[in-house]
Amino acid sequence: MTGVDGKKREKDVLVKEFKPLTWWEKLYIPAAVSGLILTLRHLFFTKKVTVQYPEETLPIHDNFRAHQRLTVHEDGHVKCVACFMCSTACPAECIHIVAQEDPDPEVEKAPLSFEIDMLRCIYCGYCEEACPKDAIVMGPHYEFAATDRKYFDVGKEELVHKYDSDPGRKRKKK
Amino acid sequence: MGMMEQLTDILLSDAGVTVIKAMIVYFAVLMTVPVMVYVERRGAGLIQDRLGPNRVGPLGLIQPFADMVKLMFKEEFVPFKANRLLYLLAPALALIPAGMTFAVIPFGTEMTIGGITIPLRAADLNVGILYIFALTSLGVYGIMMAGWSSNNKFSLMGGLRSAAQMISYELSMTLAAVGVVMAAGSLRLGDIVEAQTPFWFCVPLALGFLVFLVASFAETNRLPFDMPEAENELVGGYHTEYSSMRFASFFMAEYINMCVSAGLTVTLFLGGYRFPFQELVSNPMLLSILQVAAFVGKVAFLMWFFVWIRWTLPRFRYDQLMKLGWKVLFPLALANVFITGLLILLGVI
Repeated sequence: MTGVDGKKREKDVLVKEFKPLTWWEKLYIPAAVSGLILTLRHLFFTKKVTVQYPEETLPIHDNFRAHQRLTVHEDGHVKCVACFMCSTACPAECIHIVAQEDPDPEVEKAPLSFEIDMLRCIYCGYCEEACPKDAIVMGPHYEFAATDRKYFDVGKEELVHKYDSDPGRKRKKK
Repeated sequence: MGMMEQLTDILLSDAGVTVIKAMIVYFAVLMTVPVMVYVERRGAGLIQDRLGPNRVGPLGLIQPFADMVKLMFKEEFVPFKANRLLYLLAPALALIPAGMTFAVIPFGTEMTIGGITIPLRAADLNVGILYIFALTSLGVYGIMMAGWSSNNKFSLMGGLRSAAQMISYELSMTLAAVGVVMAAGSLRLGDIVEAQTPFWFCVPLALGFLVFLVASFAETNRLPFDMPEAENELVGGYHTEYSSMRFASFFMAEYINMCVSAGLTVTLFLGGYRFPFQELVSNPMLLSILQVAAFVGKVAFLMWFFVWIRWTLPRFRYDQLMKLGWKVLFPLALANVFITGLLILLGVI
């Protein structure tokens, strides 16, 4: 028989035989007392795992995918060429692009508007993967709770500048 | 005679003093509820390596009051086809006997304030133990009625289990108390406390103490015997359908029952308000204050013990519970009566 790891083994099922409880174990009181000592040790001596969230945060993973951003060239205009690859790849259909002609004769198109419905986004990262120009990236910003739906329709300017002054959560380096 | 003098006259009369005393005791017992809610939640957190509620007020101390405000503003819900009368009556029936029980438990001998000697117990009943057992048995009606009237199978199961459990463990509990009554020769709780010299009854009657303690866990429906609630098999047991302050009533009844159980255990087995070397204290005022402090301290420790056990031991299965109650605790409690008789014959107690 072959196990999950591909190695041969006699039996995959281990039959564990239970010994009948001894008289001491049947008393139940000693077991209860040792349990009480254990919980007391946890009460006083174990380091608590709670992270006091808004004040303290855990570092996020290196591959963490959160709020999208649009990257820009050095002169400040967006790298996006309105190829619609991201919105085609998007399984949630949350990216809405309107294209226009680019002033640069070398480049064909640029986005007139680029809107992401953050309430529909499922943070799968397909947009980032599909982009041929590295124009859309998913950053480390995940705290954008708001009080109204309108704040979640994020437009082009916002996608570029929303987090200009905020470096986002620290990433944990692998 | 002016109004003020009349008022002081009334307040200083026997009846007036009793009423004030009863109010203070009742208030003190009620105030254990928020304290215990806090202790339970923080204690649970710390035992499970969490911090527990620490946001509302300093160290989260205001949390129970925030909970209470929330519960008060919740909707009062009566399920479809529920037995309306019983459904609305049940929480009161659970809460009121729980609150009444503490009346006979002595928390000191007496205190002299301004020339008036006040015995430190709300009511000095000569059948104190019987009164307590009568009232704690009433509590089960509230739970049974809640389970029956909710028109919910989980509630019904909880009510059934509660009735079976309370009847089973009440026998052992009462028999364990019989040992104490034999040793003290009185049903009056004050006499029982005074009889606990030179040892507290938990020393000579260790077996009875153990049985009583285990049975009191079952009587208060606390883990490891919280069959009637059993949140992960019966949703919430008898109070599944309850909301708002009616739910809170059951909650409060549970904690008040804990307080009463702790008070009773302390009175019967742990020397009540007595503390070691109390003969050395000559100032009567200081003595009575120390007695109350000793009583409160012992009750507080036992109530913490209830919480501590809750987060240590897993719940018993229903058949295990019945087996333990009838096949282990009941014979032990019977044996305890004979052992006590033997000890009395031998002149040990």
